[in-house]
Amino acid sequence: MEAIQVHQGKAIAMDRSNIDTDQIIPKQFLKRIERTGFGQFLFYHWRFDDDGKERPEFELNKQENKGASILLAGENFGCGSSREHAPWALLDYGFRVIIAPSFADIFYNNALKNGIVPIKMDETVIKKWMAVAEQGKLELVVDLPEQEITVIGGEKIHFDIPAYHKEKLINGWDDIALTLQLEDDIAAYEAAK
Amino acid sequence: MEKAKTIIDKIWEKHVVHREENKPDLLYIDLHLVHEVTSPQAFEGLRLNNRKVRRPDLTFATVDHNVPTKNRDVIKDAVSKKQMEALKTNCRDFGITLADMFHPNQGIVHVIGPELGLTQPGKTIVCGDSHTSTHGAFGALAFGIGTSEVEHVLATQTLWQERPKTLNVKVEGDLGPGVTAKDLILAIISKFGVKFGTGYVMEYTGKAIRSLTMEERMTVCNMSIEAGARAGLISPDQTTVDYLKGRANVPQADAFEKAAKSWLALATDEGAAYDKTVTIHADEVEPQVSWGTNPGMCAPINGSTPTIADSDHPEDLQRALAYMDLQENQPITSIPIDHVFIGSCTNSRLSDLRKASQIVVGKKVKEGVRAIVVPGSFGVKMQAEKEGIDTIFKDAGFEWREAGCSMCLAMNDDVVPPGGRCASTSNRNFEGRQGNGARTHLVSPEMAAAAAIEGHFVDVRTYANHQSTSAAF
Ligand code: SF4
Repeated sequence: MEAIQVHQGKAIAMDRSNIDTDQIIPKQFLKRIERTGFGQFLFYHWRFDDDGKERPEFELNKQENKGASILLAGENFGCGSSREHAPWALLDYGFRVIIAPSFADIFYNNALKNGIVPIKMDETVIKKWMAVAEQGKLELVVDLPEQEITVIGGEKIHFDIPAYHKEKLINGWDDIALTLQLEDDIAAYEAAK
Repeated sequence: MEKAKTIIDKIWEKHVVHREENKPDLLYIDLHLVHEVTSPQAFEGLRLNNRKVRRPDLTFATVDHNVPTKNRDVIKDAVSKKQMEALKTNCRDFGITLADMFHPNQGIVHVIGPELGLTQPGKTIVCGDSHTSTHGAFGALAFGIGTSEVEHVLATQTLWQERPKTLNVKVEGDLGPGVTAKDLILAIISKFGVKFGTGYVMEYTGKAIRSLTMEERMTVCNMSIEAGARAGLISPDQTTVDYLKGRANVPQADAFEKAAKSWLALATDEGAAYDKTVTIHADEVEPQVSWGTNPGMCAPINGSTPTIADSDHPEDLQRALAYMDLQENQPITSIPIDHVFIGSCTNSRLSDLRKASQIVVGKKVKEGVRAIVVPGSFGVKMQAEKEGIDTIFKDAGFEWREAGCSMCLAMNDDVVPPGGRCASTSNRNFEGRQGNGARTHLVSPEMAAAAAIEGHFVDVRTYANHQSTSAAF
């Protein structure tokens, strides 16, 4: 996992609640056995019509939103299927930070495992930012060590993230390697069972 | 006296391998179920790092998501085939038991776990699949995980887990005649919303829950994730013990009696406290039909789609109705369907098929409707055929298939075409779930069966007595 400390990027607004992982990456793309290359299929049916042509009205396709790396979304982002292909697709497309009022539990974990920072933020703040982002004018600096988001040319806001998640993201640590250091504990548990 | 505990606390405490302040707990995993779609990248990760599977004996694999449900000898989709073959190779290389496509234990992972007695009270169970919550019906702590976590469990047999909050979903009273476990869980989700369980493990309690069969309990726990809860469970009781007795992977004879005693002791203690409690009255639940694009968007059969202006999120509602090609205030019984799917880990067990078949016996599927029945496992299929259930369905014009996930997510050839409208016994009505542009209405098996005959939704509570209501349309 790639470490992430301070990230600056353009933010894009998707003002919808309950964006489920079936929309983020539809099932026909889950047959691949690789971890990479899913970005081209991100939000596939929202992004492309039945002939594979871009739908001009969809947020990701608007010229002013190209190159965005921060996603602002509605509540319960990432609900539904546990498919980790969802964060793989978001990351591969170029998203490193997702800001929403709430996240589904499994998606939240899956994002963290892949170096995407899921940030829970008050809905009123998000709505305000969305209005700016919709004009393609929202640039944010996300400072993970300081737990602060700075709007370029505007306010600075604090965000919460559990300390152990933050530590892993900042260092890009591999969970399994860390756990394997606890081999003695695991073996002892198994022996006592 | 010891403090009263919930079953969730009891299971949790028994599984902590390592605990540090301000960190999640490291939990031991007793059973890891694996399927073809969410595992290849995990095995690849093990290989890249020269790691092995720590406990192949606690790991069990099957193919379900991708498998064809007919003409199994030829898999036309090369990518699907590759994925299934990858699982075979991975299981062979890492020493994991696999119920492959032609194996008598093959089936949807959440159907075969309980069927084989792998699922037992008190276990921690994970699978790279969000409907792992199904196994909670047995009083197990069972939840879905992502592929990185699958890899973590394969390598370490443990998971880092934050202790969840506890939520008591209390179901008082009794379900009325003709009202099913599916209607109950849909009503719960539409009453409290698709995220009321986020951050919680739910325990379903109350009189109505106690009187459910194990298969009905599985239907309820299955959809916990649609309420946002990674896990939902029910304290074990005599119904649980009776179901498990004699199954392949449970202890036998005296050892079973001993196990049963320890299982029953797991039940939530009288007076145990939960972080939150919600209550619903089973008597008020009517047969449900989902009308929108998430499982919280449901109405009773005699109700209508909602009024847009009444909603807190009118844009979301408008988008859902537009996708579903429905009007606001549209009566549910006026919605015509052209596809029917009876199957999925929610409703593909023997009792589901038995009940649905009773609705269609001696009747014919409405012209223009394509109806398929996909048993949840090879075992369910065999038993149903022994009972002649397949014949009832086939005589009525249903297709009778091999076991798998099938039209629940339409990864194989079982797809609802664009613009098609399906009465489905599955658990998700998300946009495109059953096929690009397809519209899904979630219902119970009985409601799906009746809709197949009539070509639109009808109230099963009064339906059995009627020959046909289609004259009115
Ligand atoms: S039947 Fe549907 S919900 Fe259940 S495991 Fe298969 S795809 Fe998932």
